Amino acid sequence: MSVTETIAEPVAAAAVSDGIMDQFWNDVDRTTADSARRAFVRKALRGYEVKRDETKASFADWQAAREAAARTKFEAVNHLGQYLRQFEEKFTSRGGKVFWASNGQQARDYILKLAADRGVRSIVKSKAMTSEEIHLNDALEESGYKVVESDLGEFIQQLKREPPYHFVFPCMHLRRDEISALFEKELGSAKTDSPEELTMIARRFLRRQYIEADMGISGGNFIVAETGMISITENEGNARLTTAMPRIHVALIGIEKVVPHLADLALFLPLLGTAGAGQWLTCYNSMYSGPRQEGESDGPEEFHVVLLDNHRTRLLADAEQRDALHCIRCGACLNVCPIFKNIGGHAYGTTYQGPIGSVITPHLRGLQNWKHLSGASSLCGACTEACPVKIDIHHHLLHNRRNAVAEKPLWWEKWVWRGFAFAMRRPWLYRLGVRLAPLAQKLHPVIQGTPLDPLQAWTQTREFPEAAPTSFHDLWQQRKGAKR
Amino acid sequence: MRVSLFIPCFIDSLYPGVGMAMVQVLERLGHEIDYPEGQTCCGQPPFNSGYWPEAREVAGRQLEVFRDSEVVVSASGSCGAMFKVFYPELFARTPKEQAAKDLSAKTYEFSDFLVNKLGVRDVGARFEGRVTFHDGCHGLRELGTKQAPRELLRAVKGLELVEMGDQESCCGFGGTFAVKFPQISTAMAEVKCQSILGTTADYVVSNDSSCLMQIQGWLDRNSPRVVKSLHLANVLASV
Repeated sequence: MSVTETIAEPVAAAAVSDGIMDQFWNDVDRTTADSARRAFVRKALRGYEVKRDETKASFADWQAAREAAARTKFEAVNHLGQYLRQFEEKFTSRGGKVFWASNGQQARDYILKLAADRGVRSIVKSKAMTSEEIHLNDALEESGYKVVESDLGEFIQQLKREPPYHFVFPCMHLRRDEISALFEKELGSAKTDSPEELTMIARRFLRRQYIEADMGISGGNFIVAETGMISITENEGNARLTTAMPRIHVALIGIEKVVPHLADLALFLPLLGTAGAGQWLTCYNSMYSGPRQEGESDGPEEFHVVLLDNHRTRLLADAEQRDALHCIRCGACLNVCPIFKNIGGHAYGTTYQGPIGSVITPHLRGLQNWKHLSGASSLCGACTEACPVKIDIHHHLLHNRRNAVAEKPLWWEKWVWRGFAFAMRRPWLYRLGVRLAPLAQKLHPVIQGTPLDPLQAWTQTREFPEAAPTSFHDLWQQRKGAKR
Repeated sequence: MRVSLFIPCFIDSLYPGVGMAMVQVLERLGHEIDYPEGQTCCGQPPFNSGYWPEAREVAGRQLEVFRDSEVVVSASGSCGAMFKVFYPELFARTPKEQAAKDLSAKTYEFSDFLVNKLGVRDVGARFEGRVTFHDGCHGLRELGTKQAPRELLRAVKGLELVEMGDQESCCGFGGTFAVKFPQISTAMAEVKCQSILGTTADYVVSNDSSCLMQIQGWLDRNSPRVVKSLHLANVLASV
């Protein structure tokens, strides 16, 4: 199947649900009131910023690096079909299998059938947000497979039965004592405050899983078209074990992860390390080009790459926001986002949190259900500034707002803005409003605090300034009169 | 130079002193001030809310009002960014596209105009006090204005500039966002104000009154000590 075919594939419109917005509102009310957690996350991300700035400084020209990366991704994304087919050809020539999944259902079915056909019992996974996106663990567990996450953060979140808080740092919101308590409860380990000991507890548990597992499931950071490879970057070595020890390796990767040439990684690996975690490079960088070849001593017997569309082609079809497919999932935009820092990752209710998630989720899961995320932004632009591949993130939030209104305006909002435009096009009417403002403000106490109060959303938490008795316009006229 | 002032609606009605201060500073520097009286709002509220046709109606009016201006100087980085950055996008592929580009090209934010267009740093101001500067996001990231206001402040006699931590983080105003998501907006204001209160400054100065409305609004309700917000123009007009 080609990419162009998937664009044309009709997509069932998701049923519009007010519940998603209500959930967001309730979650945000709760999380913004949790000062301690907000301060904890803020402190962690301040540490990130310091490290990132140090590493950024070792680039000869960070802005030029971003430009070059954006150009490469532009080339890749705008010739996606060509590069993916090139990857497929090279990869399959060494015995790898490629499956093109239009949606989550197809991807899950393929992996479930593969597991059933090969008599798999136990599965170990390394970090893959695509797997979160299609709820693969649930599907595997429902079919009776034992599934263990091997990335420490993902492992903790799996034990906690909670989705990742941040798509790069899954459990960044948890304090050490909370992790220790979780391990005590779930793994029967002793209480500890030592990060090393906590890591060792997880490690002792996980080592057994690698040996037991018949299938390893990974994600992939880059698909290299030229050489038919996938690249996985990680800091724990767990992805190497996940991909090398079980007899079957399945990599579930979004189609946008492609880069044309192997040499492109010379830029993208340090860029990802820097933007993602303030590292020159992540500790382990592996390239995978196929299953175990004749004469090789290790590696899986079978290697399947599942290329996941799952509505990424809707973004591809949108020329204005296509650059959102440049995303290398570094998480830099989350790390600098004041919204993320104050509402936390879970409030988004999405696989991909933060600014990039607010941009792409409406495309992946329906604009009307997810437009509120584009609204919940001050449009400060810190995300766009931080993005290493120059995605115009905060302007796309504006585009989503515009598209949502064009598709389905709220009747009362439409009348508010029509009225606003009517007044603002008539300077006399506007000036009349300005002159009446001080009077209106004097009468404000009558309705203050009632549902009729238009300023309530402001005045509940903040003071509102007093309207000036004389506007600038009128001061200017008085001055002109005095001069004459 | 004949300078046309753009005094956005909320400065016109809530902070008219900011506009008068701009007049004083620019006249002191020997420029002629023009205030096209038909001006109202830049149209950013409907624009940011997704109502672009309504925004175009409002914005189209400003295109006419400032058509004959030589340069347009905005009292707000955010409304200036609306003219400079967003009008060309708003009017793209419409009959007013060229007019929008023309207005964009001649629009300046106040501090950017003084420093980068006029080449002025010292405007002859005197202001006794310790000041911290808040970067409005639109001025900072849409217009790229970071150093200009600081250079102007450093040249003010008697003024001590102290930088706050996380100086580039948003105050949480964001226009209609401030009332659509008041809990998020207020949480952001709290973080920003804690940075301000972490300095020894008696004044927080910005080139955007909208940010200052948010900051002062939070401080007045919550601050243990008095920190007063002032527009950059008010500081530069003091002698």
